[in-house]
Amino acid sequence: MEFKVAGDQAVLIILGDKRSEQVTSNVQKLASLIESSSIDGIEEVILGYQSILVNYNPIKITYQTIKATVASLEHKLTTSHLSTNTLIEIPVLYGGEMGPDLSDVAQFHQITEEEVIHLHTSPIYTVHFLGFSPGFPFLGGLPKQLTTPRLDSPRKKIKAGSVGIANNQTGIYPTDSPGGWRLIGNTPIPLFNFNKKAPFLLSPGDKVKFKAITKKEYVEIVADVKGRDVDV
Amino acid sequence: MFKVIKPGLLTTIQDLGRKGYQKYGVAVSGVADSYAHRIANVLVQNPEDAATLEITLLGPELKALKSTTIAITGANLNPHINNKPVPMWSTITVKKGDRIHFKGYSSGCRAYLAVSGGFEGDNVLGSKSTDLISQIGGKEGRSLERGDYIYTGNDGTLLKIPTRRRLIPTLIPTYSSNVTVRVILGPQEDAFTEKGIHTFLNSEYTVSLDSDRMASRLHGPKIEHVKSADIPSEGMFIGAIQVPKNGLPILLQVGRQSIGGYTKIAGVISVDLPKIAQLKPKDKITFKQVTLEEAQELLVKQEKLFTMWKATI
Repeated sequence: MEFKVAGDQAVLIILGDKRSEQVTSNVQKLASLIESSSIDGIEEVILGYQSILVNYNPIKITYQTIKATVASLEHKLTTSHLSTNTLIEIPVLYGGEMGPDLSDVAQFHQITEEEVIHLHTSPIYTVHFLGFSPGFPFLGGLPKQLTTPRLDSPRKKIKAGSVGIANNQTGIYPTDSPGGWRLIGNTPIPLFNFNKKAPFLLSPGDKVKFKAITKKEYVEIVADVKGRDVDV
Repeated sequence: MFKVIKPGLLTTIQDLGRKGYQKYGVAVSGVADSYAHRIANVLVQNPEDAATLEITLLGPELKALKSTTIAITGANLNPHINNKPVPMWSTITVKKGDRIHFKGYSSGCRAYLAVSGGFEGDNVLGSKSTDLISQIGGKEGRSLERGDYIYTGNDGTLLKIPTRRRLIPTLIPTYSSNVTVRVILGPQEDAFTEKGIHTFLNSEYTVSLDSDRMASRLHGPKIEHVKSADIPSEGMFIGAIQVPKNGLPILLQVGRQSIGGYTKIAGVISVDLPKIAQLKPKDKITFKQVTLEEAQELLVKQEKLFTMWKATI
């Protein structure tokens, strides 16, 4: 564990110099240990691939105190278990208008579209972190056979719910936005709803599995989601 | 309650930001210059986190639909009421029908207009701040437009202040278009060559036209990396100075994304954040290295003075 000064209101904690299952799991464990310790002066944590950024109020707590407090949590990494091992199944309508790049991805790897769908729905992915835009999950665990470069020029508008691939990552666009990921499908499930008590579908550390659905199922889910907009 | 007659260049409803949701990818947003914003609120007896209007360079024209008390702080954008200049860093009584308007800019980039009771706005995840990228908060997630009505918390109640309240002159910041900003090196100072660090600390940079609430992009001598300019994506912080492959520094502001994958050479210290918030295109900036201890001492001192002033009014 390495501590780095990040301005006078943040500490960067680096947990490894390579991306690995171990590092990912430690990032998630330590972040939740820090959050559950409710240390006065610590405002929020941001998870990265190999690091945690801790934002603090320097009037209330010093860098040295944070360093000592977090270091004292390190021994718990080996004993603590992730409590957030929720497995969330995300239904996806692959191909067609909903996944305009599915055929290109298949062609790129010289496999069929069905094989792309099969490969994409097989693994259990881990939410490394959410970033880029509210609720955008960066998922680890994409099969190597699906590693595909970004589009040469990004699209100006991508439909909310689009599931894409960029290099060895896969993710979901929560809102209509520009972007350069290769789109293979679309989920009718919203990734966030500010009217809900728990506004975000996914949290760092969650496990995700994609499930292929038919157009009919897609339409049914859209209607169902509309009926359950608010739960506050 | 006010009616927007002219929106100005970029006028948004902001408070101290949307905190606690960065790990879900939500930007903090909020006022760029929290010092000026807090003073404006204190003057009109609001909590420091009440929403104010952040006004950029060319101010709006607002018509008061009820009498109230306001305060304008931050950049000097030459505020007027009914064609008469009004003082800044001070309470101003506004009568029903009055026109608040601005005549060009003299110093700084962003002014803050606080109103007694605070501005109302869409509250998203505990904040009324306008996030222009995600289009949430404030007035429908956008900047003010002609014809908008903006509401205040205690409409029509004229604040009972016996005398005019003002900020003591020694606490009024001066905004220069040629600033020296103090920084703490890191977290990726090792990604730069000795020459690169020397370039960064000994050159003058110019704020590019391509600057906004997310970041100020700077032009000037290129900062040399040891090898790569990319890092595995990690959390970003206010005032971080990231340097991508082209060697030109980018100052991260309140509208920044929560995560980024470029090397960061340094971070601007808290007490100097208003200086970068008040930079406008073509302004000049140089960087000076300080230690974390010095930065935090300066902040404690500033907050003490602020608290003392607050207690006197």
